[in-house]
Amino acid sequence: MSDLVVALVGKYNYWLCVILMMIGLYAMIAKNNLIKKLVGMNIFQTSIILFYVSIGCKKGATIPILHHGAGHHGVDPTHYINPLPHVLMLTAIVVSVSTFGVALALAIKVYRKHKTLEEDEILMQLRSE
Amino acid sequence: MKAIGLIIVVLTGGLLLYATQDFPSWGDPASPASTHIATYHLTKAFEETSVPNVVTAVLADYRSFDTMFETGVIFCAGLGCFVLLRLFRKRDEDSYYRHVATGITLHIKSGDIPDASSEFERIDTLWTPYDLIVKTVCRILAPFVQLFGLYVIAHGHHSPGGGFQGGVILGASVILIAIGHDMRTAIGRISEKTVHILMAAGVLLYSGIGALCMILGQNFLDYASLSRILFTNEIEARSLGILGVEVGVGITVMAVMISIYNNLSSEGRQDEGL
Repeated sequence: MSDLVVALVGKYNYWLCVILMMIGLYAMIAKNNLIKKLVGMNIFQTSIILFYVSIGCKKGATIPILHHGAGHHGVDPTHYINPLPHVLMLTAIVVSVSTFGVALALAIKVYRKHKTLEEDEILMQLRSE
Repeated sequence: MKAIGLIIVVLTGGLLLYATQDFPSWGDPASPASTHIATYHLTKAFEETSVPNVVTAVLADYRSFDTMFETGVIFCAGLGCFVLLRLFRKRDEDSYYRHVATGITLHIKSGDIPDASSEFERIDTLWTPYDLIVKTVCRILAPFVQLFGLYVIAHGHHSPGGGFQGGVILGASVILIAIGHDMRTAIGRISEKTVHILMAAGVLLYSGIGALCMILGQNFLDYASLSRILFTNEIEARSLGILGVEVGVGITVMAVMISIYNNLSSEGRQDEGL
């Protein structure tokens, strides 16, 4: 029991990310409305962004912007958190916004053709054709 | 479907939670992610680029190829929205005009539609009387938002910021005008043609700096070669090269945000927004 508590407290960031990711996955699988599916996809992406940022964290370290004058006489890497996950997620956030825009554009096209965004109604229309 | 979905989610989640016990604990300075290349970036970035913000240095110098193609992805997303939604044929729809002096609303069913002038003002079909306070506040706020966006782009070397964030802020200022007034006002300030030219110009600026490095005899995107035309040493040239590509990223991101908003909110007509 105490092992489980230690594991939960030491790695709670991963647990929260996995739970958030599963909420997104469930919305993508089970929801009937296309916009709700897209929101689920966005929750999924957000959980991955949080996961990466939490990987970059270091205890007792600050953001990876060097103090003025610190760069000239040697930098101690334990004082600054890992910059790489931030670099990767910085671009991923903007890309996720853009791809979400494309997804919404496709949803508008679907709505123009079928006059609905409910998946079962669209399938019914496609089968009756 | 819901039961199957729940089973899949519980199984996947259980497996992922089981796998987390092999992960390093939170904030561990000796975790694999923090020990190898990250240490090199933190210790060498300032020596090699003279940029105190290591995130910017890694983004635009060490991982410059990655960032260039991310910019390409954003450009393609903006283009995709345009191709999917944009409608060019004029619909014979009703249009509404308001006589500015008297406030009388005219409903024109067909025929030639006059342009908006000082006497007549075109209004949206779902028109609600505009709010003077909202309109004025948006108009006053927009230049300050733009100034802050430019600061975020230009000061990305020393503080959190850079092309992506500053570009989004600049795009948001134009979207603020489109929401506070109407879409025609925003398109009057920055036309569709300008937006699309800027979209391509940002990517061109980024890859152009890369090609310039190649012309000067170094590898693609090796900013050190720019020292010959900028009359500085190689380290300062890297810093300036990073600024150049950040500006390119900012232009593209701003234009793509405006283009996506315009196309989505008007369903591709770019006529009447929200």
